[in-house]
Amino acid sequence: MALSTVLETPVAGFDFENAARNAALEGLLEKGQAPKPLKTGTTIAGVVFKDGVVLGADTRATSSEVVADKMCAKIHYIAPNIYCCGAGTAADTEKTTDLLSSNLTIFSLNSGRNPRVVMAINILQDMLYRYKGHIGANLILGGVDCTGNHLYTVGPYGSVNKVPYLSMGSGDLAALGILEDRFKSDMQLEEAKDLVRDAIHAGIMCDLGSGNNIDICLTRRKGNTSTVQAQHQF
Amino acid sequence: MLSTQAFADNGKMKDYHYTGPVEHRFSPYAFNGGTVLAVAGEDFAIVASDTRLSEGYSIHSRDSPKCYKLTDTTVIGCSGFHGDCLTLTKIIDARLKMYKHSNNKTMTSGAVAAMLSTILYSRRFFPYYVYNIIGGLDEEGRGAVYSFDPVGSYQRDTYKAGGSASAMLQPLLDNQIGFKNMEGVQHVPLTQEKATQLVKDVFISAAERDVYTGDALRLCIVTKEGIKEETISLRKD
Repeated sequence: MALSTVLETPVAGFDFENAARNAALEGLLEKGQAPKPLKTGTTIAGVVFKDGVVLGADTRATSSEVVADKMCAKIHYIAPNIYCCGAGTAADTEKTTDLLSSNLTIFSLNSGRNPRVVMAINILQDMLYRYKGHIGANLILGGVDCTGNHLYTVGPYGSVNKVPYLSMGSGDLAALGILEDRFKSDMQLEEAKDLVRDAIHAGIMCDLGSGNNIDICLTRRKGNTSTVQAQHQF
Repeated sequence: MLSTQAFADNGKMKDYHYTGPVEHRFSPYAFNGGTVLAVAGEDFAIVASDTRLSEGYSIHSRDSPKCYKLTDTTVIGCSGFHGDCLTLTKIIDARLKMYKHSNNKTMTSGAVAAMLSTILYSRRFFPYYVYNIIGGLDEEGRGAVYSFDPVGSYQRDTYKAGGSASAMLQPLLDNQIGFKNMEGVQHVPLTQEKATQLVKDVFISAAERDVYTGDALRLCIVTKEGIKEETISLRKD
């Protein structure tokens, strides 16, 4: 079987060849010996404010109890007006957001329009539901388009929620405490940025799976989208 | 919202469909994290530990040191399950008092180590989930380090790391204190200042890469003048 892929181009999509073998091996291998995928163990948060959406994330990637990457980027580019934060299995969030970004670029080129946030959500939901939760991606998608400022969350089984503020990842409860306390609708830019920064800070201090630095991404109606990194001493 | 409890140990999402009878087991142990380290010099010993107490991904306390003073010349570092650490140190304290009253002298470091080994082995079939390292001065005033496993096997060492970041620290100590895996290096004896600085640097590195280690470092330096304690800040995230 392995030799045939050298002569032919591999078929697109996932290859489930090893699924039966892995299931059989799981019984034979002792608990904990199977290779584990790298999980990010994260705090991510998003807030809708007057002129757009602010997204925030920490930068630590853990492989069970060891810090694998101190500066990993969890805010992914989807379109010039749409960004996405990912928590869960690192490979899944990377590839899912890359695939989404490519699809939306093709759409933009075909139709000459900026993609809308609902389109991104429908594509994501469709894909994650189809794979029945095997793709472990918890995503917060935020962006501005002609219909307004939007913030959505998509779960690994394909559930979608449209919300004004949100946090995900292993540090979600710590960040949510800050968000619940200080969120107001139609906040100004500086207030919204401070709120997201403090929410991620709470996640970093109270959750062992999150740490190092805070990344902030602003998506605004007027002016460019910008990503900044706040460096903190912990 | 799904948190990490949604992921089973093999990395796949846990099934939410009822698949049949499920056995729930109560585990009497918990892992509370923490790292301990001890170094023995010519006439001093250093026992150091971080002060973070955690469980799962949460932090119970940022100020829970794992070094306990036993006598004027002996300090013990205990990491693992905090409940067992507390009980074990209480038992050791009681046994030290009993020895003092019966024999009219303080237990030496070597004697404490031998006694701890028997205490741990007496619980061979329901062990204390504790990784112990004793640091102190022996009868001749030289530094001594004794390292244990949870059921009482022990040996005298020059340096030893135990606890959650032990696998990261031990190779570094082997290289810097034991001069292992290096060629053409002069074997200079370890001074107290150099040992203290090395312990601080080693813990700062451990806090960078191990999530269970951090918050603060508590150093206990044992010399014939007594025990000096120092606290240094570490990463809190």
